[in-house]
Amino acid sequence: MFRYLVRRTLWAIVLFLVIMFVTFVIFFMAPNNPARAICGGDQARPECIELATEKLGLDKSIVEQYRRFIGRLVPVSTPYSHGSFQTPHFKTPSLGTAFATSEELNTTILKAAPVTASLVIGGAVLWMLVGLAVGIYSALKPRSLIDRGAMVFVLIGVSAHPVWIGLILSYFFGVKWHLTPIANYANFFGAPADSGLPGGPWQWFYHMILPWCTFALLFSALYVRMIRANVMETLNEDFVRTARAKGAPERRVLFSHVLRNALLPVVTMLGMDIGVALGGAIFTEGIFQLPGLGRTVLLGINNQDLATIQAVVVFATVAILVFNLVVDLLYAWIDPRIRLS
Amino acid sequence: MALLEVKDLRTAFKTEDGVVQAVDGVSFSIEKGETLGIVGESGCGKSVTCLTIMGLNPKRNTVSSGQVLWKGKEILGSKPRDLRAIRGDEMSMIFQDPMTSLNPVHSIGKQLVEAVQLHRDVTTRVARARALELLKAVGIPKAENRIDDYPHQFSGGMRQRVMIAMALVNDPDLLIADEPTTALDVTTQAQILNLMKRLQQEFGSAILMITHDLGVIAETADDVLVMYAAKVVEQANVDDLFRRPQHPYTWGLMGSLPRLDADVERLTQIPGQPPSLLRPPAGCRFNPRCPYVMDVCKTTEPKLEGAGHDPSHLQACHLDQETKDREAAKLLAATMAEAG
Repeated sequence: MFRYLVRRTLWAIVLFLVIMFVTFVIFFMAPNNPARAICGGDQARPECIELATEKLGLDKSIVEQYRRFIGRLVPVSTPYSHGSFQTPHFKTPSLGTAFATSEELNTTILKAAPVTASLVIGGAVLWMLVGLAVGIYSALKPRSLIDRGAMVFVLIGVSAHPVWIGLILSYFFGVKWHLTPIANYANFFGAPADSGLPGGPWQWFYHMILPWCTFALLFSALYVRMIRANVMETLNEDFVRTARAKGAPERRVLFSHVLRNALLPVVTMLGMDIGVALGGAIFTEGIFQLPGLGRTVLLGINNQDLATIQAVVVFATVAILVFNLVVDLLYAWIDPRIRLS
Repeated sequence: MALLEVKDLRTAFKTEDGVVQAVDGVSFSIEKGETLGIVGESGCGKSVTCLTIMGLNPKRNTVSSGQVLWKGKEILGSKPRDLRAIRGDEMSMIFQDPMTSLNPVHSIGKQLVEAVQLHRDVTTRVARARALELLKAVGIPKAENRIDDYPHQFSGGMRQRVMIAMALVNDPDLLIADEPTTALDVTTQAQILNLMKRLQQEFGSAILMITHDLGVIAETADDVLVMYAAKVVEQANVDDLFRRPQHPYTWGLMGSLPRLDADVERLTQIPGQPPSLLRPPAGCRFNPRCPYVMDVCKTTEPKLEGAGHDPSHLQACHLDQETKDREAAKLLAATMAEAG
């Protein structure tokens, strides 16, 4: 078990380094010139561009920039001076500063991550509730009215684009019927006193209703379909017949025998989907003007701001790697056939 | 009063292609402690017969009629709650494929304990002790250490032993065994059959043994039902069936038994496949494959009636008694000659 964890962590680090490097390469392969962008784009004066290039370290090679970036992230530093290494000491890993605003990116991510996490975790709870309830019911009563309705819902859910869904929802629930806010984020723990912004758990919930629905629709559809298929398949398993032959009531057959087996693959999917979504739900955050990671990375791309993009990529990569590990551990715990070694 | 009496049982499945009459007028009875064998090819309705008795057919598309009397009480179509009280307690079942019949995510101990606690209001400790007792009885080595293992940690034969233990844990009056040895290799088959025979004596359960293997029937059964295409074609005491088989289908089954002791170049086989139960042939259902087919077989369905030598030996064939006796005698002579 311990060896497994060590091996997994080492692989995760390798993967992390590769992903970071690929991000660097892709950024420089695209026709980007961050220095020019900072100096005002097409009207930029050459002196300004030169200065900015030097300041941002863009005059160095990609490998050197990559080395510096990783060096900031590693929580240990070994200062090099007078021709020899000094004693290593621990430091806070840093994502650097944004090209465009010189803001500390650690702060940027720390501010944006809870917004995205609110959206994703809340959305996941919502889509799991819908997925489990509708998926299981449809599987138990195939071809019933609810099952047919659910399949229509699935079709709409997988076909409709979140931007469209988001706009439709905000038009009806927000603009027309005045039931919900249509934009902005309210901090769960209360907004800063002098900001005049709404805050607190209720406002947080209130502002998140539409984003959650928008974000969860596609996943609800996918999960309804997956859960329905898995439950139907498991219902036909021999061991389910065995359970009935033992005299187990249907409720017990469903919960103790069917669901435990049918939901194994769902756990995997859930972990991966949450991991991926934590990297930023770009569309939903965009429509509802939620200052999350998706919006951060979008701004970064617009400003040709490699440091900001890279910071979000770091967060997303770590989220995915961590959630994958959690899924694997969870899987081994609920499925005795899988032993980690 | 018979333990289980089945009268004119019919089960039909509605499918997209039409109605499949999977069991068509089957009657038999089992006495306490007796073993009844049902033999026939795949798809002849053996398994559906048992599932109907147990009430385990899917409700949505199944229609059953006739009578299933359990200890004199009608149970066909009775309330799910009443059926559940019988299932796994008075009447239990083991299945063909032990590899898939146990839940992979629960330990075998947990599954056995569940079987006990579904019917007995006992603590988990008591139920576990009972489970352990049964695991020992079915010959699981080091049962104390293995009770918390999961199904994938057992071999096929061991899993079937676990299934048997689970079926017997509540001391049932009837054990329905649906091809219990089919998925196992030959040496394991013999062990499982011996185990079942031993446990039958120990527990005094009646057994309904479903198989396609006449060898298994000869080993275990007291009475035999030969089924073909959803119908009973012959029904007799096991000795009488092997001594004087009356139906060409039974002859075919016997001719296709492999023998280790005889110098046979190849096994004889029944030509063709069993008919589709969506549109069974008119007249005798065996007529398209029967080497003795006559004109009457294609139009008139033979009745299941007593054979000439013994009215309790039931058979459904239009052939005259002389031919039947001659063929039966030939088959017996061949068998005797082989046996030396």
